[in-house]
Amino acid sequence: MTPRFDLATVLSGEYLARYVTGFITTMELAVAAWILAFLLAVLLTVVRMAPFKPADWAVAAFVEYHRNVPLLIQILLWYFGVPELLPNSARMWINQQNSEFFFALVAIGLCFSAYMSEDLRSGIRSIPGTQYEAARALAFGYFRSMYYVILPQALRVSGPPLINQTLFLFKNTSLAMAIGVAELTYQAKEIESYTFKTFEAFFVATAVYLTISLGIMLLGDHAARRSQIDAR
Amino acid sequence: MWAIVEENWLLFLIGQYPHGPIGGLTVTVILALLGLILSFPCALALALARLSPFRWLRWPAVAIIYAVRGVPLLMLLFWAYFFVPIVTGQAVSGFTTLLCALVIYESAYLSEIIRAGIEGIPAGQTEAAKSLGLRYFPTMYKIILPQALFNMLPSMVNQFVSLIKSTSVGYIISVNEITFAAYQVNNRLLTKPFEVYGLLALTFFVLCFALTRLAKLLERRIGTRRAGQVAEAA
Repeated sequence: MTPRFDLATVLSGEYLARYVTGFITTMELAVAAWILAFLLAVLLTVVRMAPFKPADWAVAAFVEYHRNVPLLIQILLWYFGVPELLPNSARMWINQQNSEFFFALVAIGLCFSAYMSEDLRSGIRSIPGTQYEAARALAFGYFRSMYYVILPQALRVSGPPLINQTLFLFKNTSLAMAIGVAELTYQAKEIESYTFKTFEAFFVATAVYLTISLGIMLLGDHAARRSQIDAR
Repeated sequence: MWAIVEENWLLFLIGQYPHGPIGGLTVTVILALLGLILSFPCALALALARLSPFRWLRWPAVAIIYAVRGVPLLMLLFWAYFFVPIVTGQAVSGFTTLLCALVIYESAYLSEIIRAGIEGIPAGQTEAAKSLGLRYFPTMYKIILPQALFNMLPSMVNQFVSLIKSTSVGYIISVNEITFAAYQVNNRLLTKPFEVYGLLALTFFVLCFALTRLAKLLERRIGTRRAGQVAEAA
């Protein structure tokens, strides 16, 4: 018996439709989680820069939790654990909704907001204080100094690590299958169990992941090169 | 919450051992340690291949590193789950499957760390070694790698933390590690998922936080050591 490479089966009719919906779910999850993560990361960074120690500690604790606990366990805790803390009526309501997607989105978004806020913070810290002083000497106020002088430079520095986090975020959406979100990995596994075409089923999903990932990596390499040229 | 700890701490730590297979945190740590030990030589080979002047060595290494980095760990886990038994021709435990996936995944990341470490050593070191008549391998082995690996120690500790965290995906193919132990406890109690998974998160947190602190400490010590060397040289 020679196993034959047969993509036609897994790429036809019902199975193709599964790949497509899985891919759309993966992209929806990745984009929504990215937006949540980025906005929250900006907020965390701003709070951390405020001259108020307890706020700094709170953000530090938030970051340490999300960096030192596996994302899978954060997802499990949100999906199985958090509804238990809610009142009964709220729990009933959540169970009727598409709660898997929602909790995966929250868990992934929060986790990556912690990583991204660290990237943003090191970007801002890399800009010498004299830049700010110079902006003030030119009579820019706090916000205009930030907007015209500090942030454009800081974002250059944070750009490549942020793109790297985007890659991680995209790949880690696959963990959402553990709580039954029907994304690409989940669908690949379903197709495998229907068709028994193991190699083909995972080959297609892997190719899709790899295509998007390589795109993000190229973008990252490009950004890294650009920020380097400017630094010299 | 304390009652859960009191009744189940042994299951969390060693699984059903000695009445069944060993599991829990012990297996998590064994997986992470074995993963590190096995992926290190692979990573070193990949890094050296990627830095080599020969195209036929460099390109495959680049392809492997990019391919592995572009795929979710979970996808590699499924590949290993279905293909390791076919390749070896016999049934393979979940433990071995997970270990294979982790080693492939970690090798790619670790090799990038090692490459950065080697590239961070000034070219003058290689030139000096060459002028002393050392060839490629003695130069690497005696001059470059000891310095590079020392400088990369903090990054490697951080990578080890990520390896410990990665072992949790074994839960998806029912490997008997700590996440699976928590799943079993949760199924028995049924009504306390927040406490059980909270406990699990806490366990990982304590372990990984201690290690990230260690990485930070090493970073500072290596920093001062380097500064000292520069001062002495000047």
